[in-house]
Amino acid sequence: MRRVVITGAGTINPLGQDVPETLAAMREGKCGIGPLDVRDVERLSIQIGGQVHDYDPEAHFNRQQIALYDRFTQFTLLAAKEALAQAGLDFSGQLAGETGVVLGTAGGGVNTWDENYRAVYEEGKNRVHPFVVPKLMNNAAASHIAIEHGLHGPSFTVATACASSNHAMGLAFHLIRGGSATVIVTGGSESMLCFGGIKAWEGLRVMSRDACRPFSANRNGMVQGEGAGIFVFEEREHARARGAEILAEVIGFAMSSDAADIVMPSKQGAARAMSGALADARLAPEEVGYISAHGTGTAANDKTECAAVADVFGAHAADDLMISSTKSMHGHLIGGTGAVELLSCIMAVRDGIVAPTIGYEEPDPECALDVVPNIAREAKVDVALSNAFAFGGFNAVLALRRA
Amino acid sequence: MAGSVKDRVVAIVAEQAVLEPSDIRMDQTLEDLGIDSLALVECIFSIEEEFDVEVPFNANQPEESEFDISNVASIVAAVEELVARQNA
Repeated sequence: MRRVVITGAGTINPLGQDVPETLAAMREGKCGIGPLDVRDVERLSIQIGGQVHDYDPEAHFNRQQIALYDRFTQFTLLAAKEALAQAGLDFSGQLAGETGVVLGTAGGGVNTWDENYRAVYEEGKNRVHPFVVPKLMNNAAASHIAIEHGLHGPSFTVATACASSNHAMGLAFHLIRGGSATVIVTGGSESMLCFGGIKAWEGLRVMSRDACRPFSANRNGMVQGEGAGIFVFEEREHARARGAEILAEVIGFAMSSDAADIVMPSKQGAARAMSGALADARLAPEEVGYISAHGTGTAANDKTECAAVADVFGAHAADDLMISSTKSMHGHLIGGTGAVELLSCIMAVRDGIVAPTIGYEEPDPECALDVVPNIAREAKVDVALSNAFAFGGFNAVLALRRA
Repeated sequence: MAGSVKDRVVAIVAEQAVLEPSDIRMDQTLEDLGIDSLALVECIFSIEEEFDVEVPFNANQPEESEFDISNVASIVAAVEELVARQNA
């Protein structure tokens, strides 16, 4: 069976504008959540978020590019540039045809929708910019990576709400394992921190007004974030033949559907995705040292996720399995969240450092696992899982092993 | 919609419970009425729209919200309080 490794990583998110800065922030337990700086913020009841600050599009893109690139595409291209530079692949020959782009996003160009609805509804304009459609479409970011780097292989975008980037990365893994591609640029991106994007989430009454405190008894909801995480997945022998640095191996993936409630999570659905990933990777539960949790900080997710972990891992869950939610630091990046969270799995297996769950204040008997509270931990981790459980009941879990 | 605060709240609850307003009793809980978390959030939205008030409710901590949802009577009382405060 063909094996799949990660040979490049890139990101921009509330914790950092590249991978080293992000991993340093995760090690230090920094919080990237703060007051929102968006138009009409005074009309929002939720006024915090994990925003990318100190970001100037004009420092990275020219005027024509900015006319075509929504903020989620800009983030994607910057993260892809970092990942591809690290991978060091040459796409001038045959490899271009064997390389695709598979990304996840929930909303695509939400800022573009928001700005142009304002123009036509609020300002009464009867005309919008000619590139509104190619700017807001969900596959714009994937297409621009393909265009910029000349990648001609299988490429598409998946949208499964909060599991989008895990589904994307899982499908990238399958495409390479199954022989349809040699390299896939994969991950996800989201940027919906604008008035309409936040107002929509407010409606659900699941957002915190002060902080994201996953697994803590006093947690009071999720906090939105924005950003992108992009990886280069590569067939293992191809990577070894060229002497590439391997960040981690992708060894398993599974998906499941709750087929139950449109927003409430299901313990059984989550458990089936985790046990499916173990089976796909031919792992015993005891071999997993760390889980990057979905850990949204809502009452419902965290207790359901912990119960599912306890079911799948049994006594191992109570003894020596670490589970943390980096959403406490960067917020919930919705369709891009699994991609940024995969960085914590890479850090765990490669560097032996487990990112903490910050903001943890009070133990919750319904989340009685080792959630690595507040301070990062050194530990030898051979295998890590990354969980994503989406609204709509779609679950996607990846397994990584130290290279 | 005309009528007392109570009648208007009962009408909103009845709509979510898919019942006639006359079938709603004041001592019934949301659970008795088959109103789940999604329907509750819709009820609160309808109350806010109907009375032009802000209901302090976080679905993560329903028990800690100032807005008491223990039963129909407590919801009516909470809305009456919000409306009175708004008119004050």
